[in-house]
Amino acid sequence: MAKAKVLLVDDEVPFVETMTKRLTKRGLEILSAFSGEEALKRLKENDNIEVIILDVKMPGMDGIQALREIKNSHPLVEVVMLTGHATVETAILGMKLGAFDYLMKPCDMDLLMAKVTAAAMKKRQHEGKIVEARLKEITSRMA
Amino acid sequence: MNPSQNSTSNYYRALTRKMILTVIIVSFAPMILVSGVIFDQFREFYKEKVYAHLRVLVRKHQRTIDSFLNEKMSDIRFLAKSYYFEELRDATFLQQRLALLQEEYDTVFEDLGVIDARGIQVAYAGPFELARAKYSEADWFKKAIGTQYFISDVFLGLRGLPHFIVAVRQKYEAEHWIFRATIDFAFFNNLVTSIRIGKTGFAFILNREGELQTKQLFDILPSKEIYMDLIRKGKDSTEDVHIFEQKDALNKKNIYVSAFLKNGDWLLVYQQESADAFADLNRAQYIAVIIFLVGGIAIITMAFVLSRRMVNRIARADREKEMMNQQVIETGKLATIGELAAGIAHEINNPVAIMVEEAGWIQDLLEEEEFRQSENLDEFNRALKQINTQGKRCKEITHKLLSFARKTDSRKQQVQINELIEDVVGLSSQRAKYSNVVISTKLEKDLPALQASETELQQVFMNLINNALDAMEKKGGTLEIASQLNGAHIEIDIADNGPGIPEANLARIFDPFFTTKPVGKGTGLGLSICYGIIKKMGGDIDVRSVVDMGTKFRIRLPLTRSAGETGAEKSLKGFDLH
Repeated sequence: MAKAKVLLVDDEVPFVETMTKRLTKRGLEILSAFSGEEALKRLKENDNIEVIILDVKMPGMDGIQALREIKNSHPLVEVVMLTGHATVETAILGMKLGAFDYLMKPCDMDLLMAKVTAAAMKKRQHEGKIVEARLKEITSRMA
Repeated sequence: MNPSQNSTSNYYRALTRKMILTVIIVSFAPMILVSGVIFDQFREFYKEKVYAHLRVLVRKHQRTIDSFLNEKMSDIRFLAKSYYFEELRDATFLQQRLALLQEEYDTVFEDLGVIDARGIQVAYAGPFELARAKYSEADWFKKAIGTQYFISDVFLGLRGLPHFIVAVRQKYEAEHWIFRATIDFAFFNNLVTSIRIGKTGFAFILNREGELQTKQLFDILPSKEIYMDLIRKGKDSTEDVHIFEQKDALNKKNIYVSAFLKNGDWLLVYQQESADAFADLNRAQYIAVIIFLVGGIAIITMAFVLSRRMVNRIARADREKEMMNQQVIETGKLATIGELAAGIAHEINNPVAIMVEEAGWIQDLLEEEEFRQSENLDEFNRALKQINTQGKRCKEITHKLLSFARKTDSRKQQVQINELIEDVVGLSSQRAKYSNVVISTKLEKDLPALQASETELQQVFMNLINNALDAMEKKGGTLEIASQLNGAHIEIDIADNGPGIPEANLARIFDPFFTTKPVGKGTGLGLSICYGIIKKMGGDIDVRSVVDMGTKFRIRLPLTRSAGETGAEKSLKGFDLH
């Protein structure tokens, strides 16, 4: 099994392509999207996506907007924000909206891997807890 | 001077003129009105007083003279009635009467005479040889024979000396005879000429024909018209004493006071030059004029000085406003440049990111077995590492540019002064290298955050560092930037060892538009903007400089009670702006 199923969203096609290759090589399962809208579509198609790497600055639906939608429809999916320039304001906003973390482009591959795996872990923990809770609920009902 | 400067200086000149005029008019108008009214009232009052005085004087003398004449007349009448014609005809008797009279009245009575109806002086007592003199043709005799009592005008008569006659007509055996006395002219004259006031005041008597009846001490021109006028006016007047002012033949204004004597036969005239009569008034007027002039000069001087000062102040305020406008424009320009820089930085960032990722991908692939044996593997790795390093460098540059060019606003936020200084130094380092300047920083660690506008502070340090680099452009040097905590202030020193600032310029360097750079190079606004920003923050900026030794700017920024870092910022610290 892959380390994590990741959706990579950026409007720069060459960036997405290279990143896909590099992350795949490091054992991640990568899906890609080139806009916010496409990302939402992919998410709908594949509900087992665990982590989304999301570029903040994109034409059309931008990262912050996409983040809102994602958190609305799939609250458990973890999002790592990626941006060309970091401003405290966008960072704070991203965190408030429930992003897992925040990275600057171009980013260090090891750092990115660490963040993504941590995000995936968190997601799995959350899911595990939910399953546990459900089990508890079911068992308590049976009892 | 260019035309716009010319027109503004014209504007200020016009403003000064207007203010001067207004001040002068506003101050002078009431002053003229008040002093005019008061002075006019005073003059009227004073004139009345002088007139009243003269009137009393003339009236008194009129009475004196009239009573003198009446007295003499009654003396003669008494004599005429006391004795018979036969008695008085006797020259010796007459001589005795005269002696008695002279004993009583001194020399008022000059001589006595008895004249019969045919005008022959039948008896005479006195110093002249006038016995048997014929007066039948004499003017006075004709008048005297026609009336009971008569006082003649002054005339020369047979003796050839001025005198006048007091005569009483009596009847003897159906024929008139006349008893007459001559009054000593000198004595009578004294009565009138003794009236002397001031330098030019004197009195005289006129008869109905306007002929002088007294001797004059002064040469008064025989300006008959005036005297005839006096007589006419005197007659018209209902008052016993008549006063008026008129110019005489010498074009001098005179006061004439007149009163009739002898039942309107004679006119007592008192004459005085107005200037003399009103000497006190004129002196007061003179003093008032001097006070007015001095006051006026004071007002005008004040008007000039005050207006100048006021307009200078306005001009300075205008210049400051102009500078503020310039500052606003400058800030706007900076904001635009900031946005542009942000755009460019962002655009460059993406391709750089892709390049770095591609290099990373190659590196990933090189780890595959098949490339392990390649002889150039180390060379590949070195090249890729270099690409990575340079990519990171690009990233650093764009990040700095972005953080510097981030929205230029004056919103206050928590500012770490050391980070800010390092950012600015980083941006200036390239320029410093070209100018052969070494920038060194000595920043005190863990300084508390300041509550300030980051962009504005960046502007301040950018300006100061750029100025220092400009100064050291030719010879190079070192620029030391130090920060330290000092009580409730953070002190930042920016010291260069450049050519220094001459003392003459030192006091003016914070003035707007003061620049030593060649035309077109500097606006002269940089330091004044710095000054404005620092002052606005409640801080201080001062400068010390020694020519050929260097210049040191010291900025003191007050620490406001910092609320501490917010949670969000804490959590961001690990990965933002690393």
